[in-house]
Amino acid sequence: MSELLLPPEHRYAKIIKERHNEDGSELSILNLGPTHPATHGIFQNILLMDGEKILEAEPTIGYIHRAFEKIAENRPFYQITPLTDRMNYCSSPINNMGWWMTLEKLLDIKVPKRVDYLRVIVMELARITDHLICNSILGVDTGAYTGFLYVFQFREKVYEIYEEICGARLTTNMGRIGGFERDWSPEAFRKLDVFLKEFPIAWKEFENLFERNRIFIDRTVNVGAISAEKAMAYGFTGPNLRAAGVDYDVRVAQPYSSYEDFDFIVPVGKSGDTYDRFCVRNAEVWESLSIIRQALDKMPVGNEYHAEVPEYYLPPKEDVYHNMESLIYHFKIVMGEVPVPVAEIYHPVEGGNGELGFYLVTDGSRTPYRLHFRRPCFIYYQAYPDMIKGSMLSDAIVILSSLNVIAGELDA
Amino acid sequence: MALETTEIQEKLIETFGSKVLAFNQDRDIFSLEADSDIITAVVLFLKNDPALRFHFLTDLCGVHYPDNEENKQFAVVYHLHNWYENKRIRIKSFINGSKPEIKTISNIFLCANWMERETYDFFGINFIGHPQLKRILNMDEMISFPMRKEFPMEDSGRTDKDDRYFGRTTINQ
Amino acid sequence: MSDSKINMVAPPEGVVGEGFFATKLNDVVGLARANSLWPLPFATSCCGIEFMATMASHYDLARFGSERVSFSPRQADMLLVMGTISKKMAPILRQVYEQMAEPRWVIAVGACASSGGVFDTYSVLQGIDKVIPVDVYVPGCPPRPEQIVDGVMKLQELVRSESVRRRSSPEYQELLASYNIQ
Repeated sequence: MSELLLPPEHRYAKIIKERHNEDGSELSILNLGPTHPATHGIFQNILLMDGEKILEAEPTIGYIHRAFEKIAENRPFYQITPLTDRMNYCSSPINNMGWWMTLEKLLDIKVPKRVDYLRVIVMELARITDHLICNSILGVDTGAYTGFLYVFQFREKVYEIYEEICGARLTTNMGRIGGFERDWSPEAFRKLDVFLKEFPIAWKEFENLFERNRIFIDRTVNVGAISAEKAMAYGFTGPNLRAAGVDYDVRVAQPYSSYEDFDFIVPVGKSGDTYDRFCVRNAEVWESLSIIRQALDKMPVGNEYHAEVPEYYLPPKEDVYHNMESLIYHFKIVMGEVPVPVAEIYHPVEGGNGELGFYLVTDGSRTPYRLHFRRPCFIYYQAYPDMIKGSMLSDAIVILSSLNVIAGELDA
Repeated sequence: MALETTEIQEKLIETFGSKVLAFNQDRDIFSLEADSDIITAVVLFLKNDPALRFHFLTDLCGVHYPDNEENKQFAVVYHLHNWYENKRIRIKSFINGSKPEIKTISNIFLCANWMERETYDFFGINFIGHPQLKRILNMDEMISFPMRKEFPMEDSGRTDKDDRYFGRTTINQ
Repeated sequence: MSDSKINMVAPPEGVVGEGFFATKLNDVVGLARANSLWPLPFATSCCGIEFMATMASHYDLARFGSERVSFSPRQADMLLVMGTISKKMAPILRQVYEQMAEPRWVIAVGACASSGGVFDTYSVLQGIDKVIPVDVYVPGCPPRPEQIVDGVMKLQELVRSESVRRRSSPEYQELLASYNIQ
């Protein structure tokens, strides 16, 4: 079997040859992925195993490399949001908003407070769905399907809110430069209220199901632990880093979209193991809920939903149909014939999995000269072989799902 | 903020002289250019200096400037971050277009490993001393480097798109 | 029982008499196959997340007889390809298809699997029908769960009306040969 998988000069071949177990057993090679159902995405890991213990792992990625950065160099700025959607598709509004904020930074646009707050609400909703998927799938991987089926209904509720805001569910393509495409409907706020009432009950039950569950604790405590120093060296950010005990959060370190107005805790773990990652995500969901509540309370009155930037903000559709000037602006904006300064900027936002950065180089033309996404998953996934070394095969699966590696973001 | 950009600039000039230049703070991040042969020293200095402490590598990527002069056709861009003072810095290092190579920093920051592999994969920039410099996202069989400006975005082998029907024959041969 | 909402599948056309029911073998096999399609989710990206929603409690694909998600190609009938298939992935997809036993059906879920979608780039396969034959295409980027369910129902119709001999017909052999699949 091993001959089929690996060329004879592979480093594993040497290890297998030189290793002599006392009981006469041999090492084996196991190919995990790229389409293994337990890996939630397409990653390949060639594992060198001693019985059920993993000695070495060699990851291969790039199975859904879609060349986002190349496409971005060929698209006007407005047409890049659909790409950001498809990066971390579990929390696409964060990516969308991150991209708009990058452009606003580039163009020096100040958005109204109300837009900031609306953005905060939608970004925190996205964070909830992201953590909800990660934690419930972690439950599935440790053998508890019920939690997943239960909380997944609430992800549908969030999607219904997205639908009210922008019309789409998963890949939202939400917003514009300077704000939103339309004001949020009263229905959106009503659904949000219902969600804020019902979801905490379900999430509490979900938490109760796992947090003190003997089986879950046995499967996750001290599994895949990573120290804070190592996590930082590997470029961890987001919940995975916070689980190791470092309280770095872009929302606090470099507040964007008026995050400084809200009062929230950055939950940190201690040992950086799978259980801590689970708990940090759980706690973040509670903080997100609290941020949404605060944003709704503090929401400035009025119905302002975009900044007054007619040069960059698409005119309303009815004007485009009836008004020559609007039509021209619409055309110019869509085709990217708007003035853009020559600059280099980097804008980070706190994505579902960590610091999501946009490094944008412009040369004044209609497309970015270079756009590089700092994708948190890509950077911290390289620690995976290190984290699973010495653990059991079934632990490797649990560690992978607790890291919440999203294939779209990993491969770009 | 305790750590001032002037302080960083002075320290860098004091240590590296004229090899660090083009200090700039007109946008969000304090940035500078560093000569490619001292890049590891600059990064190491920024990381280890007790006052600077840029201990976190946020991002590493390449940029292609085919219109520049021969010696400045590629750039490797490093984003470092000091979490203690919450200060970011961007270092840009230009390298030769026909023989793009620069020293690796994967021995300074573990996470640079894959970022450098990605940059190699996209631009063909050779990171000297990298432990495993091979393609990461694209197939190993690929010979060209897709993020270079001359490389077409669309697959050239497509049969279902007849360019005559799209009015694009002038751009896409 | 009378007040339950269970819908029974209508029997095929046939002759009913006392104690017997006569119909064509084709119809019976088609009926059985169509209502017990075991899906093999080949989920690579965004559409896979929508498939999760399709399988979960809200949309519940199990209502259509696709209760058991088979992760082994050997025991699956319906290959659901969801998400972008890059050129690096194409040989793997093909291998999975080859491992499936006849009769096998393929649904290309989403724009990427159907045509490459927005990713018209050097690294993305422009539609999985370049490497394997496809029965049903589901549009959308990503399709809503309702659309995925609709695609499965479309496939059920195909399966229901398929002749038991189709798989040994020369046309089918020719189709496979055109993909170089033995």
